[in-house]
Amino acid sequence: MDKTSKWLEVRLPLWRDVAAKLDSVERGRHADPEAVTKVIAAYPEIARDLAIARREAPRGPLTRQLERIYLELHRSIFRSPSRMRHDLAALFVTDAAKIAAALRWHIVWVTALFFASASAGAWLVNQYPELVGLFASEAMIEQVQSGQLWTEGLLNVVPSSLLAVQIFTNNISVALFALVIGIFYGLGTAYIIGMNGLMLGAVFSYTAQHGLAERLFEFIAAHGFVELSVIMVAGACGVSLGEALARPGRDTRVVAFQRASMRAAKLMVVCCAFLVGAGVIEGYVSPNPSYSLAIRLCIGLGYLALFVIVLSGALGRLPRPRE
Amino acid sequence: MDGTLKIPSVTGIDVELRIAGPGGRSYAFVIDWHIRVLVALAWMIVSGLAYFGSVRTIPALDATSSDFIFIVVLPAAALYLLYHPVLEVLMRGSTPGKRIAGVRIVKRDGGVPGVGPLLVRNLFRLVDSLPFFYFVGLATTLLTKQSVRIGDIAAGTLLVYDDAHAGTFEDAPSSRGIERLGLERAELVRDLLTRWPELRSDARTTLARRLLEHEETVPDTLGDEALRARLERLLS
Repeated sequence: MDKTSKWLEVRLPLWRDVAAKLDSVERGRHADPEAVTKVIAAYPEIARDLAIARREAPRGPLTRQLERIYLELHRSIFRSPSRMRHDLAALFVTDAAKIAAALRWHIVWVTALFFASASAGAWLVNQYPELVGLFASEAMIEQVQSGQLWTEGLLNVVPSSLLAVQIFTNNISVALFALVIGIFYGLGTAYIIGMNGLMLGAVFSYTAQHGLAERLFEFIAAHGFVELSVIMVAGACGVSLGEALARPGRDTRVVAFQRASMRAAKLMVVCCAFLVGAGVIEGYVSPNPSYSLAIRLCIGLGYLALFVIVLSGALGRLPRPRE
Repeated sequence: MDGTLKIPSVTGIDVELRIAGPGGRSYAFVIDWHIRVLVALAWMIVSGLAYFGSVRTIPALDATSSDFIFIVVLPAAALYLLYHPVLEVLMRGSTPGKRIAGVRIVKRDGGVPGVGPLLVRNLFRLVDSLPFFYFVGLATTLLTKQSVRIGDIAAGTLLVYDDAHAGTFEDAPSSRGIERLGLERAELVRDLLTRWPELRSDARTTLARRLLEHEETVPDTLGDEALRARLERLLS
């Protein structure tokens, strides 16, 4: 028997064994410690075998199989530990607050842009009421002119559950779009925030002209504070993406963009969870006339307080995960 | 175009992965798109028939409209929209379409991407799909060195080819076969036998004859199957 065939005869059972053990380690939720130890010990051995196989048969199936198993070993040994539950809890308790603190000036600027646009919208419609057609649909305008809000009687048309789902999916789409469109150096996000501000200011001003502003405020009191706050945070995340591309600092643009994207996505998980809650409130509480303004304000401000608590890190610290 | 991803290792033995280009990516996407459309449509038809006794597409605003939306429309929309993020997380960087196309998602260090990067790359589909038919995504894969779309840039991921032809250690050549042919030639024979069904008849016959002629005389009358049997005998 020549050297190569002897080598193959000796090594083949080990490769088969490692392939089977690696499969069980990767698939099982709780891996057998003995199998894990064997897999780790096999890593340098497989590396050596791969070097020999590359010399003897550079492009053969055996070399490719060894490369494959070597790569799987490499991935398995060097991957970060999976702590899904802990990471998710950490996101809400500590990480979201850290990211929000890092983005505080972005949030301030986006909020300022939103209120400036809202003021501009309100002023425009106050001075030139006919311009409301730019911001509201014909049906909405007609209803306001007849002394009714478009939100009244909503529950007679659409059930609360459906309304809630429609609202939070729409709001989540807007928030996510406001974030990703920040890739255009933040201008896309600025446009979305500006347009939303203009629209809100214009609609409020128009309803005020017809004596309906108080009823509109009553409608949005329960869900609006968190909904708008989330849009501001999403906008801030979008602007931070644009900033990473425009001013990457010491990193390359790609690295800065990646870091900003991952950071923003984490914060958006928290924001989307709050948008689901806001959608449920908007579906069940806001259109229901049996809730008084005081109750609506309690719900709205209470929910806003929870959002602020999460983003300020006031939930405390999380115990270290068990290794 | 930089077509490979080099994965450095502490052992000093590096591995290179072939990066999938726009063709491989589009092929995988088209397969996945068909699967998710068919699955969503199948859900709409089956649930519509099971619950309402008929296939409806536009809900009328009546007492059953919210049932229709919750039972038929929303699950179908979820199947269509969450297909990529959910399957990529569950299948650790793959989807049925990617498997068929022989590609998978990896991190820039060759590792399996976690939940975060996979969600980020899917989030940026909102930009990649602008203004229609994934124009931005396709343009960036054509223009970037590693054929990545914006979602991949944001998540730090790449699409690489999975070696589907590698086979398993179970069909490794025998010691006698290696002794007879040498490892390199035995591997060539094995490779040819693995690819036998995919090759054209004239191509595999020519290759088989060339390999066999080193070991024995091959009569011109030998057919396709006889050549294959002789190759298998060489390895046994």
